[in-house]
Order: sequence, then C-alpha cells, then structure tokens
Amino acid sequence: MITSHQLAVGYNSNGDESVLLEDLNLHLREGELVCFMGPNGIGKSTLLRTLAGLQKPLRGELTGIENGKLSLVLTDRITATNMLVYDLVAYGRYPHLSWNISLREEDHRIIEEAIALTQIGHLKNKRLYQLSDGQMQLVMIARALAQQTPVMLLDEPTAHLDLNNRVEIMNLLRKLARQERKAILVCTHELDLALQTADWIWLATLNKKVVSGIPEDLVLNGAFDEVFQFKGFDLKTGKVEHEAHRNKPIRLIGKGYPYLWTKNALERCGYEVTADAETVIKIQTEQTTTWQLQDLTLNSVADLLVSLAKR
Amino acid sequence: MSESGFWTRGLFLGFLFCLLLVTDVAWGSISIPLGTVLSSLFSPESSTFSDIIWQFRLPKAITCILAGSALATGGLMMQSLFRNPLAGPDVLGLSSGASLAVAIVILIGQTAGVGSVLMGNWSVATAASLGGSIVLLIVIFISRFIKDNTSLLIIGLMISAATSSLVGILQFLSKAEDLQIFLIWSLGSVGSTHWGEVQVLAIITFIGLAIAFFLQKPLNAWLLGENYATNLGINTSRSRFWIVIATALLTGGVTAFCGPIAFVGLAVPHLVRLFIPTTNHKILLPFVMVTGASLLLFCDMVSNLAGGAQVLPLNAITSLIGAPLVISMVISNKQVRV
Repeated sequence: MITSHQLAVGYNSNGDESVLLEDLNLHLREGELVCFMGPNGIGKSTLLRTLAGLQKPLRGELTGIENGKLSLVLTDRITATNMLVYDLVAYGRYPHLSWNISLREEDHRIIEEAIALTQIGHLKNKRLYQLSDGQMQLVMIARALAQQTPVMLLDEPTAHLDLNNRVEIMNLLRKLARQERKAILVCTHELDLALQTADWIWLATLNKKVVSGIPEDLVLNGAFDEVFQFKGFDLKTGKVEHEAHRNKPIRLIGKGYPYLWTKNALERCGYEVTADAETVIKIQTEQTTTWQLQDLTLNSVADLLVSLAKR
Repeated sequence: MSESGFWTRGLFLGFLFCLLLVTDVAWGSISIPLGTVLSSLFSPESSTFSDIIWQFRLPKAITCILAGSALATGGLMMQSLFRNPLAGPDVLGLSSGASLAVAIVILIGQTAGVGSVLMGNWSVATAASLGGSIVLLIVIFISRFIKDNTSLLIIGLMISAATSSLVGILQFLSKAEDLQIFLIWSLGSVGSTHWGEVQVLAIITFIGLAIAFFLQKPLNAWLLGENYATNLGINTSRSRFWIVIATALLTGGVTAFCGPIAFVGLAVPHLVRLFIPTTNHKILLPFVMVTGASLLLFCDMVSNLAGGAQVLPLNAITSLIGAPLVISMVISNKQVRV
C-alpha cells in the first residue's frame, strides 16, 4: 500500500540539513499491523509525519500516499476538552463534508460503526475532560476509523497507559488490521506487546537505518539487542538477568506455574537454580501448594525464602 | 446537548435580544414610552420622540448590534485559531494600529493647526482603518514566513506593544485638551454614529460575518491543531489567511467607527460556551453574534442610565459588567475551556 524507495527523513532549516533516518526501503501492506520501534529521539515520529504528508521527505520516493488515504493518531493533545466524544469522532467525516459540515445519515452510521468497533458506546455523550488517558486514546482511534482510510498511522498510542489499557489497544489494532484489512503502523516502546502482536517490525537502528522483519527473526538475529543495548534484560528468555550472588545452588523439583514462580523468586533473591545441587526444594501440589525444604513444610514462597536465608 | 436544547436556548436568547433592543431605544436621558417606540418605528411621522428615535437612538442601537456581534465573532475566531482562551479580536495588533493612526490625527493634527479639518468622524474612521490595515498587512506579510500560530500570536502582541508605546510618546508630547479628545475616543463610543456611518459599518460587518460563517469547518478543525486539521483535508494556510482577514474586517470596522471597545470580544465567546456547552462553530457562531449584540446593547443602556445626564464611557461599562459576569460563571463551572 505504501512503499518507500531510498527515502531519507529529517529536518531542513535554511539549508542546514539534519538527516534522522535514510536509505529507507519499507513496505506497509494491507491487513498487517506493523510496530515501529527504536530508542527515543531516533526519528520515529519524523518518519511517521513524513509518511502522513505533514512534512516533506529530504530525499527518495514515497508511493501509495494520496489525499484522504491516511488517518492519524498523534501525540498532539486536544486542548478543546469541552468537546463531546461523539463530536470528536465525527471529525473523521470532515474530508467528506462540504463547508457547512452537515452530517448525512450515512455519516452518522459510519461514526456509530467506529464507536462500536472501539467499544466506546458508553462514552458517546461524555466530554473529553471526563475521560481517562486510555479512553481518550480509544476515542482518537475511533475518530481515525471514522475517516475510513485504508492506512492508519499511530504515534505511541499506548504511552502513559496502564498494562490493561495497553493490551486492549494493541489487541484492538490487530483486530482492525485483520478484520478491516487496514494497513496499520504503530510507533511504540512496548517491546513485549509488540513482539506478541505485530505482524511485522520496523526497527530504527543507531546508524540511521530501519531494519524490518517479523518479530521472532529480529529477536533471534540479535537486531533488538544491538539497537536497545539491553542492560540486564535477556530478550530471548524475556527476563531480567539476575546475578547468583549468594553462591548457593538449589535444586527445585515441581511443575507448572508454582515451579515457574518459585524459580523466579529464587533467582530474584540471588540463588542459582540447577539440576545438581545439595539443597533440594520439593513443591507439592495436592489440594494446596506446599514447599518442602528437607524436613520443613512451608506454606508460601515468602516463608520458603525466610527459611532459606536462615540456613 | 440535544438539538431541542439548542433551540430552546436560542429562542430565549433571541427574546432577550429583542427586549434589550427595544429598551435600549426607549431608555436614555429622555425616556420614551414603549408604545411610542413601537409606533414610531412602523409609522415614521415626524415628532420629537420619533426624531430622537430615528436620528439618534436607532443608529446607536444598530451600531451596538453590529459592533457587538463583530467583536464577539472576531474574538471567537482568534480563540479557536490560537486555541487560547485569552485571545481576543485585538491580539493581531489591529486596534493598536488604529489607535496609533487616530492618535497621530488627533494629537499631531491639532498641534499642526489642521485639527478642525481633521476632526470629523469620517477622518478619524479613515485614519483608524488605515492604521488597522497597515498592521494587518504587516501581520499577513510576516505570517508568510512563519509556520505556526503561536508565532503569529507573539507577533501580534509585539506589534501591539510597539504601537502602544508610540501612542504613549505622542500622548506625553501633546497638550492637555488634545489628550482629552484622544482619551475619549480610546474609551469607545457607539453614540456618535449617523446613518451614513452605520451603513458603512453594516457592510463591513456583514462581509466579515459572512466570511466567518463560511469558515465554520476550518474553525472546528483548528480546534484539533494544525496536524489533525491538515490530515482532515483542511488547507491550513489558506484558512488561516481568511480567518485573519475576517477578524481584521470585523475589528477594524468597529474600531474605526466606535473606537477600541474592550472586553466584548474576549468575554462573549466564554459566556456562550458556558451557556451552551459545545465546540461546534456551526452553533457557536450565531449564538456568539447575538450574545455580543445583546451584551453591547445592555452595556450601552447602563452607560446611558447610570450617569444621569452624563453618558459614561462604554469601555468602562463593558469591563465592569462583563468581568464579574465571566468570573461568576467561571467559578460556578470550575474551568474555562476553549
């Protein structure tokens, strides 16, 4: 749908050119959710603004961008907070309305559809100042949907939201890509969510390029590690690395979630969990979960940690 | 709010407006019975009352209506364009430019001995229009080089500051009696217009209001900011140009014939937004026009009645009535939003 050929983006003020990203050969296809990732200040928003036609590319070509083909959700704040939610969603119809902005039957139907897709029906008659940040983002997405464009570009739609809202919005975007066959590009810092929801990842690298691929390939070939230079986070296991500073190896016997979270607690507290160690902890999962440390039977992970520390 | 809610409040406002119009014509240093007001409006036979009404009261009332709706609409457009609740029709520096030109005519003209020739209403109006237009041209010229509205706002404020200080210097160098003439002009007045001037003001105001009415879509879109407006297919630089032109016509026309009337342009859009909570200019524009006209009619009545035989300066009244009104509405509604 959108293809870039040797595109360079950045700023040009009075002949003083600063290139942020260059040699970009990217594709945004219908029915796909693309997450655009990279450290702060690397030029993600600038590329998004260029794709949206809000600023001119420095060099290169962009094809597939025509008027009225794109809708946007930006980080710009809406200051007119007295506005009704319905009226804000109705803005999506503006490209199709004449000077006197009369909404036709058809427009009301499309607005209601967008409201239904984003499940904000209960907010319709609220004013913007009454909304939470998460609800506001859903309303902005509904407004973009009401534009009925084949392409949607979103700049950090999940910033400042709690986990539940972040998951809700990413799931919604994936649903829209699948069901409505839209091409959706999202700038985001949500690494874990992006890896689990994106069909495709664009990764802005430190040498002004953008690497693209499916999430799993970029994890395995180390592209993420190179860009983010993780400090104490192992992307391949998805866990924070712990130093086994207590120098006490422990053998843990058990299964399922109790095993997983007991291991988590032990590693977090500086124990090394290995298959061949003298200290043995057995997890019993009959009726209630108990932990057996030699002759002791403990009822919680906290008790287990206390007993371990005393030894 | 539902459609019917708008209609009810619209009807209420319309009724209030008609009431104010009739009472403004009836009341003054000589009170005219309401029945006589109505009968002389429809059968213009000459009598003392009908002369007062036709030669003095009616042009004054119509000037109030024109000036009130023009300033309020200008204020609304500036607040929406700049997304700033503190913006008014004078933020572009037009009134200051007009003041400077009038100050030059009155203060220097008098000293140079050509004062009597220049003192007519028309020459003051011409000077004010010229001053306002020059500032407008400067603003439009500069706005071609800047990208965002905040810069435009700052430039308007800077032009205001510079011209005000020039006016200050002129005042400092003038004689006391010239100073008083200028001071009276700068306090605003709707009482010195005759039918010829009312006609010109009406034409300018109608053009300005018509442009504003055709700008309802871009005005709404500007509320979301330039990026969203562009994405919604609004030609931002063209609509900004027309918003500036319309505001300039409305403010410039009023300043030329009535002097710089303060406060109406800033306060009325807020009053309307508190009265009918909407951000849609399709509804805001007509309400703002009628409310602006009503408020100025009311202020004119007060300025005629409160001082006995003396007519109090209009600017003092607009602020004295408007400020407590806005403060009380803001307190009861907690927050002012554009």
